[in-house]
Amino acid sequence: MTENSLSSESMNESTGGVRLASKLVGSTDTRSPSQFQANDVCLQVSELALFYGTKQALNEINMLIPRQRVTALIGPSGCGKSTLIRCFNRMNDLIDGVTISGRIELNGLEIHDQEVDVAQLRRQVGMVFQRPNPFPKSVYENVAYGLRLAGKVPKSELDDRVEWGLKSAALWDEVHDRLHDSALGLSGGQQQRLVIARAIAVEPSVLLLDEPASALDPISTLKIEELIAELKTRYTIVIVTHNMQQAARVSDFTAFLYLGELIEYDSTLKIFTNPTQTKTEDYVTGRYG
Amino acid sequence: METSERLPQERRLFRERMNLGVWFKSGEPWIWLTATAVGTSIVAVLGLIGIIAVKGLAHFWPSDVVTIDYENELGAQTIAGEIVQRERVPREQFEESGADQSIDVKGDPVRWMLKSGNRKVNAPDFRWIYEHTITQQQKQRNLIVFERLEWGNAYGSILELREQGSVVPSENSWKELRKRIKRVVRLRREAQSIQSGSIDRINYKLEKLRLRQRGRELRGNFETADIDEQRMNLNEEYVLHERELNDINAQLDRDDVVIAIAGGTESVIPLKSIVRAWQPNDMNVFTKFGHYCASIWAFLSEGSREANTEGGVFPALFGTVLMVMLMSILVTPFGVVAALYLREYARQGLIVRLIRIAVNNLAGVPSIVYGVFGLGFFVYIIGGGIDWIFFQSAHPAPTFGTPGLIWASLTLALLTVPVVIVSTEEGLTRIPKALREGSLALGATKAETLFKVVLPMASPSILTGIILAIARAAGEVAPLMLVGVVKLAPTLAIDGNFPFLHLDRKFMHLGFHIYDVGFQSPNVDAARPLVFATALLLVLIVIVLNLTAITLRNRLEARYREALN
Repeated sequence: MTENSLSSESMNESTGGVRLASKLVGSTDTRSPSQFQANDVCLQVSELALFYGTKQALNEINMLIPRQRVTALIGPSGCGKSTLIRCFNRMNDLIDGVTISGRIELNGLEIHDQEVDVAQLRRQVGMVFQRPNPFPKSVYENVAYGLRLAGKVPKSELDDRVEWGLKSAALWDEVHDRLHDSALGLSGGQQQRLVIARAIAVEPSVLLLDEPASALDPISTLKIEELIAELKTRYTIVIVTHNMQQAARVSDFTAFLYLGELIEYDSTLKIFTNPTQTKTEDYVTGRYG
Repeated sequence: METSERLPQERRLFRERMNLGVWFKSGEPWIWLTATAVGTSIVAVLGLIGIIAVKGLAHFWPSDVVTIDYENELGAQTIAGEIVQRERVPREQFEESGADQSIDVKGDPVRWMLKSGNRKVNAPDFRWIYEHTITQQQKQRNLIVFERLEWGNAYGSILELREQGSVVPSENSWKELRKRIKRVVRLRREAQSIQSGSIDRINYKLEKLRLRQRGRELRGNFETADIDEQRMNLNEEYVLHERELNDINAQLDRDDVVIAIAGGTESVIPLKSIVRAWQPNDMNVFTKFGHYCASIWAFLSEGSREANTEGGVFPALFGTVLMVMLMSILVTPFGVVAALYLREYARQGLIVRLIRIAVNNLAGVPSIVYGVFGLGFFVYIIGGGIDWIFFQSAHPAPTFGTPGLIWASLTLALLTVPVVIVSTEEGLTRIPKALREGSLALGATKAETLFKVVLPMASPSILTGIILAIARAAGEVAPLMLVGVVKLAPTLAIDGNFPFLHLDRKFMHLGFHIYDVGFQSPNVDAARPLVFATALLLVLIVIVLNLTAITLRNRLEARYREALN
């Protein structure tokens, strides 16, 4: 977990030729994910394959997702990045005709095991979707939703947890005086942060963000990105994004997927400055995709 | 100059407009067609409501009583009554009808329908009089209309008031009469409250005791001491109340009024048979309006008399509303649960598609078929089964194995359940996937997601289904005739005896009331205005029930609209 704050700048000079200015890269970690110790690994994916009916969507995915880091999944549309992220909290179970093989271990436990309670798993692995999807309830009730599901919580504790969740999502200052107004009255960016607050109020260990800023304006996007930087000190974050600058800005590690295959997975710095695969280079330099 | 330039252009435009091909292409005929369809529907609906409103509401207005002198083949006649209708009779019909032709008349004669009342003295109480035979008409002052418990209205002026058979001297006999009618009304109300309060309660308890004793006998227990004691107490109480009632009845018999009827006859009317009396020819618009409101209130709040041709419709109104409410309570959970299974749990495939088609088709089954089914299945099988298990002591008299309120409500619930299923399903499909996923991603189970997110959001659609169900159920008559509606129900389904709501009782219904009064009544002319009034009331009830549900739905819809888009 040592963070070498100087390394990114030293790398900067040696790989100056890459089109994307590497000072955009916010990461401080230059290790490859495979260098992480087993107890620093949050999610371990091995031999993962997924079929929609007979159509293969994911093929032989192997990756380690380190704890308390931001891992970005990038790739052109239809490459399977959303499908992959939805494997981590088993949202694909909801789709008829999906077959999954391979293993996904969360903190060393296989999530497809019979004993695993899916609801329990999803409480540990929170998820935020592309479009803000607050429930048509008050701001307060939205954040309290997950908490109430876990069982009866005393009112005072509920209040504290809701406040904590909203503060963690940097939303408290904007909504503390209208907690009981409808959440649908918030702006798009606020709604997305509310959804993040809702997800972290149940204290998950992993947060999955599926293109969280793609439906938002630039200022809201910036706020979400700042929030991600704050949240990674406490949560393991996996983010799917179309926006390569965003991946470069917020993530420590980046995985490039193409047609259901994991082409390259390394530190964000490496992917954006010195990729080993030509496909990756073509994609990050904008030659296709 | 200017006009001569403009003219050809206008003509060209006109020609273009007249070119049908161009006109059709422009889409304008389509707009006309759709607008005409909407206009026709509006005119039809407003016209219908207008007709029943005018005819129904006019009935309660205390119109003037005219005294008419006319001639017929028997000589000069005098008669008093309210003019109900005027119509022109075609000449041929007049000549063929056998009516008195001795007085010359040009063209088509006009005849008046007169409600002359006094059925006991000069039946019939409605009669046609040709206008050209009338020699004189006047509005006689101090003429009184008596509304009676039986024999319809009486029209006449007071000759004398009698108390215990001897004449009461009075300066203002109308004032004296009103005072005495008030007394009679008060006494009658007292008698009524003893009858329906105490005596009915005692009868109900006696019947319960009988059933308890019978139940014991069936179990081989012939101990009757405690039951006999209770029965004796009740019987004693009964005798007391009966004496009280007889007392009041004797007091009711005290007064009579003798009236002079137009045409020279006299009639004695016992005061106890008078509901109300008024002098229409001496009333101004305001007093008439007061009387009008009181009449409408009486219509709404009182029971019917004279084979439903007179009096009010309260029992039918009560039965209709209660039945519709029970139906809604039964149909909502049933329909919603069925829709939830079809849309959320069942694997979408051929079988579910077939079931859905079947459900949709159920809505098209003739309602009388539901009535027959309700009678066979609910009444005889389920009701009979309940009687067999729980009401052995009442055999062979059925308790639930006979048409009644609960079976009518269930039959209508079955009739309307497809509507609720279809609209609930529509509501469920409208809920965005994103919201379901949002809930599931927070660790909610499918059931939790359904109850906390999906169903509340589908509630406007569920209410739409209930609105349609109410609209259909409130107007349904045919199946009800088989499963619980009667012409005259002796008691309301809700009363003061435990368990207060008696689901096994038969009930009255406005729809059936319309049929019964309009087509089964012995006195069609007297009943006709009541048919309109009852129809108006039924339409108003449907409108009120619908408006309530629609307001509720709109409120819910406003809450969820943004989330659905």
